[in-house]
Amino acid sequence: MTRQMSGARMIVEALKDQGVEVIFGYPGGAVLPIYDEIFQQNDIRHILVRHEQGAVHAAEGYARSTGKPGVVLVTSGPGATNAVTGMTDALMDSIPLVVLTGQVPTFMIGNDAFQEADTVGITRPCTKHNWLVKDTNRLAETIHQAFHIATTGRPGPVLVDIPKDVQFATAAYTGPKAARVSHYQPRLKGDPDRILTLVEMIETAERPIFYTGGGVINSGPRASALLRDLVAATGFPLTSTLMGLGAYPASGKSWLGMLGMHGLVEANLAMHGCDVMINIGARFDDRITGRIADFSPKSRKAHIDIDQSSLNKVVHTEVPILGDVSSVLEDLLAVWKARGSKTNAAAVKKWWMQIEQWKKTRCLAYTASPRIIKPQYALERLQALTAGHDRYITTEVGQHQMWAAQYLGFEAPNRWMTSGGLGTMGYGLPASIGVQIAHPDALVINVAGEASFLMNMQEMGTAVQYRLPVKQFIMNNERLGMVRQWQELLHGERYSQSWSEALPDFVKLAEAFGAKGMQCSDPADLDDAIMEMINHDGPVIFDCLVEKHENCFPMIPSGEPHNKMILSDGMVGGAISESGAVLV
Amino acid sequence: MSPLKIKKGSSRHSAYDLRDPNADVIETHTLGVIVDNEAGVLARVIGLFSGRGYNIESLTVAEIDHLGHRSRITIVTTGTPQVIEQIKAQLGRIIPVHEVHDLTVEGPTVERELALFKVAGKGDARIEALRLAEIFRANVVDSTLESFVFEMTGTSEKIDAFAELMRPLGLSDIARTGVAALSRGMA
Ligand SMILES: Cc1ncc(C[n+]2csc(CCOP(=O)(O)OP(=O)(O)O)c2C)c(N)n1
Ligand SMILES: [Mg+2]
Repeated sequence: MTRQMSGARMIVEALKDQGVEVIFGYPGGAVLPIYDEIFQQNDIRHILVRHEQGAVHAAEGYARSTGKPGVVLVTSGPGATNAVTGMTDALMDSIPLVVLTGQVPTFMIGNDAFQEADTVGITRPCTKHNWLVKDTNRLAETIHQAFHIATTGRPGPVLVDIPKDVQFATAAYTGPKAARVSHYQPRLKGDPDRILTLVEMIETAERPIFYTGGGVINSGPRASALLRDLVAATGFPLTSTLMGLGAYPASGKSWLGMLGMHGLVEANLAMHGCDVMINIGARFDDRITGRIADFSPKSRKAHIDIDQSSLNKVVHTEVPILGDVSSVLEDLLAVWKARGSKTNAAAVKKWWMQIEQWKKTRCLAYTASPRIIKPQYALERLQALTAGHDRYITTEVGQHQMWAAQYLGFEAPNRWMTSGGLGTMGYGLPASIGVQIAHPDALVINVAGEASFLMNMQEMGTAVQYRLPVKQFIMNNERLGMVRQWQELLHGERYSQSWSEALPDFVKLAEAFGAKGMQCSDPADLDDAIMEMINHDGPVIFDCLVEKHENCFPMIPSGEPHNKMILSDGMVGGAISESGAVLV
Repeated sequence: MSPLKIKKGSSRHSAYDLRDPNADVIETHTLGVIVDNEAGVLARVIGLFSGRGYNIESLTVAEIDHLGHRSRITIVTTGTPQVIEQIKAQLGRIIPVHEVHDLTVEGPTVERELALFKVAGKGDARIEALRLAEIFRANVVDSTLESFVFEMTGTSEKIDAFAELMRPLGLSDIARTGVAALSRGMA
């Protein structure tokens, strides 16, 4: 039996059949028929954002914290172009999104019609795939394919552009089962020979390290569980990228902390000095590797990734394994156990002794102050006071983001939402909204910088409208802090345009939106203030006035190897020895 | 560990490492790419090359299976071995791409290109052009009293060579299709 219906209704039907519970969107002329259908049903909840960029980041937060795809609905022209940053962000961080855009009627395409933009053209480079649907008969099927492609293989954003006449026209609905399966069926199982080679490497490694990334989280909770088994059974140390935090617990015995440009000394030195590196779902990003030529020079490297193009893209690896992290780890564990669960325990013990030495650097130590809230202190307190909660953290981009990654501990995957690949200021507030929608009873905190917060602060309206108790913890240094840090260290202290001038009164701003506003500037008051924020049943803007000129360390300047780090302000500005000088 | 001391204000450390680690051997490869013949597929392929800074020496595309909606794109590209591997992997990520063949590594291939040459001239030059065309097995597909259009199929090198010879004889226009290629034998 075929069911005839309008394209607009078909969209809603297809979303329901895909199990969609919530969409983030903003209406306009080219999507009015769809909004009409949304009005006439109750299965799918629509969250009205205040700017389409907010819709996409909210959907990212939803997706990242649930493992389900995020769904966005926006109008043609400016609606679509406003969504571009979010889609690029999702592409870089492999977040599954299905973005539906309205388009001018098919017969007007190409005429520079009102609110026409070449949406598929503009978004081709920032989606995993996109479609312009010109025939209502193809609409439902295309939406089902869109979900398939967004969520399988390396996840990512997809876009379906739907002209208004296609929404009005009637055709037979195609259900998900009847939809033609796309030939896109990424391979999940790793090559057994290569897995065996990796097992042999694990058995003999003297100075091994696991280097894990967002791919572990994208692969699902089972991947994290298997990773934990593998790490516990081998006793090897583990470090993670920014995107991978939480896959292995921060309280775990093997945890070395984050690596990379602002990673911990022990993590970076272990990467530099290891003899076997096992990359699981990370991509040798330039914020991680530093100078490629000096990246972990003495190690044999294995790399597990679901994306063929990530293998051997930047760093040549001896054992590239194409496959899904869960599947590969499962096979790996089976083979390794069948061969007797061997490791070179004596050598690994020595390696750990070396690592313990490096840990003594206590690279995250900072000079506390009785008068001024140090940003590190603020995060230590936030960690201490929220660790027992069912807690989700989002961030904006800048120093506060790196400090959050360094000082907050994540025990489970999907608890840490941050813009890694694109580094999008303005991500955190809308992302926190998406997370809170998915987890209504959880404690959701956006660790923000004052400058980033301003980029999408209109979304406070969304938080208030839907009574989302998101906590905006602004580490207000009145600076574009990360830019200021680079200018101080590398551009002669010429602070070009890195001041946050004419800031709003954040307490009044909160109140203007109908939220609670708080300010804290005294370290002695901080604990009580944080508790007040947590206990408030509603959205809060917490204006935490922190030290303005604190720098984020450790830091590996771009182009330096892992064993060259700036550890503190004291190391900057001194005489440079020949060997320590910049190697350009 | 050697702690890094940097001089304040040395902007040689930019936000990126500015040295290109890949400046080594450049190879030329011919790729055969089978795609769904759908709107935008060529734009995806070309956008990949421009967006990621890969080279296109030549690119041809045409439908090869009308019922199956398949087209074959033949791309001649250059790059370091690592870049060539990346190009293939990146092409493989494009959803409507079904197969990516590196004809250069898969074994011996036949590579052919078609070209049209317009040569205008009178007297000896005209006779010489015709004589050379015969040697090169180029066909005359159009002629006026003062011009020829030659058609030639062959390797790109042969077409280059013929073009060089025609230049002093009044060559006024060339149209080339770019390379079409297949592997030899049954493979
Ligand atoms: C949309 C966008 N524009 C510019 C940048 C460059 N940028 C990176 S960090 C930063 C400063 C962020 O300031 P703030 O949000 O106050 O955070 P802080 O570094 O002070 O903690 C800037 C401008 C960016 N990442 N994103
Ligand atoms: Mg700031």
